[in-house]
Amino acid sequence: MATIDLNQSSIRELNEKLQVGSSGDNFTVNNTVGKHALSVGLTKDINVEINGHVGYYCAGMNQEASIKINGNAGPGLAENMMSGQVRVTGNASQYAGATAHGGLLVIEGDASSRCGISMKGVNIVVGGNIGHMSAFMAQSGTLVVCGDAGDAMGDSIYETKIYVRGKVKSLGTDCEEKEMKKEHKEELATLLEMAQMNYSVDEFRRYGSARKLYNFDIDQVDDY
Amino acid sequence: MSKDNPTLIESATFPRHVIAEIQRAAKTGIYDIRGFGAKREIPTFDDLVFLGASTSRYPLEGYREKCTTEVVLGNRFAKKPIHLKTPITIAGMSFGSLSAQAKESLGRGATIAGTSTTTGDGGMTPEERGHSKTLVYQYLPSRYGMNPDDLRRADAIEIVLGQGAKPGGGGMLLGQKISPRVAQMRNLPEGIDQRSACRHPDWTGPDDLEIKIQELREITNWEKPIYVKVGATRVFYDVTLAVKAGADVVVVDGMQGGTAATQDVFIEHVGIPTLPAVRMAVEALQEMDMHRKVQLIVSGGIRSGADVAKALALGADAVAIGTAALIALGDQSPEFDEDYKAIGSAAGFWDDYQQGNDPAGITTQDPELAKRLDPKLGGRRLANYLNVLTLELQTLARACGKSHVHNLEPEDMVALTMEAAAMAGVPLAGTGWIPGKNGV
Ligand SMILES: Cc1cc2nc3c(=O)[nH]c(=O)nc-3n(C[C@H](O)[C@H](O)[C@H](O)COP(=O)(O)O)c2cc1C
Repeated sequence: MATIDLNQSSIRELNEKLQVGSSGDNFTVNNTVGKHALSVGLTKDINVEINGHVGYYCAGMNQEASIKINGNAGPGLAENMMSGQVRVTGNASQYAGATAHGGLLVIEGDASSRCGISMKGVNIVVGGNIGHMSAFMAQSGTLVVCGDAGDAMGDSIYETKIYVRGKVKSLGTDCEEKEMKKEHKEELATLLEMAQMNYSVDEFRRYGSARKLYNFDIDQVDDY
Repeated sequence: MSKDNPTLIESATFPRHVIAEIQRAAKTGIYDIRGFGAKREIPTFDDLVFLGASTSRYPLEGYREKCTTEVVLGNRFAKKPIHLKTPITIAGMSFGSLSAQAKESLGRGATIAGTSTTTGDGGMTPEERGHSKTLVYQYLPSRYGMNPDDLRRADAIEIVLGQGAKPGGGGMLLGQKISPRVAQMRNLPEGIDQRSACRHPDWTGPDDLEIKIQELREITNWEKPIYVKVGATRVFYDVTLAVKAGADVVVVDGMQGGTAATQDVFIEHVGIPTLPAVRMAVEALQEMDMHRKVQLIVSGGIRSGADVAKALALGADAVAIGTAALIALGDQSPEFDEDYKAIGSAAGFWDDYQQGNDPAGITTQDPELAKRLDPKLGGRRLANYLNVLTLELQTLARACGKSHVHNLEPEDMVALTMEAAAMAGVPLAGTGWIPGKNGV
């Protein structure tokens, strides 16, 4: 177990240490005080526990590593993550999980606006609420929301699946409610279990693309 | 006026192409989408000429005295700056808009000529990485295919904020070109009309950009030069902010720059020409004492060694070419005249890159058409063309007495029109007058 104190080490030193860590290594990071770009570009299945709030782009482009943040996260948490797991015990600011291709992102608290924007395969589970324009242009993967969703959820969505337990303030263009079939309940149950969230799948509704904007259609012009 | 009947007078307000567009719009109900760049006349580098050396300055001997063309890009913060033999680079054009063979050809040609090539909206293909000695990896709003492995495989990273053909617009790739491979790379359903985001998903302003650049450097061990590309609009401010955000290199793309697919109204009516854009970018760099420290790459309508020489003389460190590179590969070739005719166009006029039915097999995903371009031959043609541009550039630099092409300066040129004099900031030929300078 290695401990890195950001009062003593620079961000460069931190990331360098984490990036060369070997499979199975454990790291603890202290005194983060909202610093940016912490624990980014990791490639191995190491465990990183970050104590304190983090700034922009924490866990950016993560591959394989498990990163836990005991605190709140700034904008762009786990942006473009490829694999591995990122968990934040508090809230996450805007664009959490933006463009992420894979892995699991768990936000125990609330996520702000544009959560899962342009997501490309990641699974995101939010314990609380999500802000407006979440899953904007979301391409694939799954977004699970145990609380409520803000305005214009899933605007211009492609093939991402969204499950919401609470209220949805409004749906964005081309996003619609869809039937919860057996396979969806199974998928949701697995994700809730992985995220360690104790809710019944029957409390959730499913949303996805109406696929009306996939090709230019002049009769849909009011939606553009 | 019609050639055969002098009583038929064409309207200047409603010429035939304007009438045809109104008719097309009424019929289809959708704006015109096309490729290529702006087609209307705008002030260009053609409106500048060099003052060759004579009594007050002496020229260099054509084949005997050295005129160096090497450039180094990205030595502000990056541990591994880019070294190029010639300051003429290949601009970012996506796999998707171009065939895999075309991307490979660009890599081969650039590598033979000792320069770099660039990925595009849609990710990096193994073909282009394999055949490009120096490859710049674009970081675009869509983030299609973006991944840290390719980021580390790249030689430099170009953050695209905008493009000259459509500053403020996102990428577009219509269903015909979303083939299974393109769909898989971009993580999109096959055959959809892809309209990418016009701004980045995880930041909004220049202060965020600074943090984004820090993140990208952290992921790549501070090795790779980071370029920031903007479409030419408020160039002075954009360049200033890019430098402040920590860019190693700034790329400024003028309004006549090419595109794979954009609304015609965007191509023709948004952005400013390359000519004033270079001057404004250089002024911004000079004001921060960053000229030559942060390098400037200029693109948009570069066709000849003369264009390159003039861009450098105004203060650019290098240029990038898109459309001209495609033409060198075979785009618009009369060899395919019959095929152009069959799709209602002609060699030299074709601009429907979005359709995917390119007779020259370059801007297509159709496997049969794509076979028409042999990557080895394409690469050779591009290398030939790049070598010609470099020789022309040296010819002009030597004539002005310069032993390195970067020694060209605005004082080596005058303008043929008042517009060009004002935009480029060089005197109107035969006068000492630079319109707009010193308040006159
Ligand atoms: C077919 C084609 C595809 C392009 N794709 C991209 C792209 O993916 N990303 C980008 O930043 N610019 C793209 N561009 C713009 C070029 O990078 C460059 O800015 C422009 O071509 C320069 O102007 P020129 O064509 O007059 O040389 C594309 C241009 C063309 C012609």
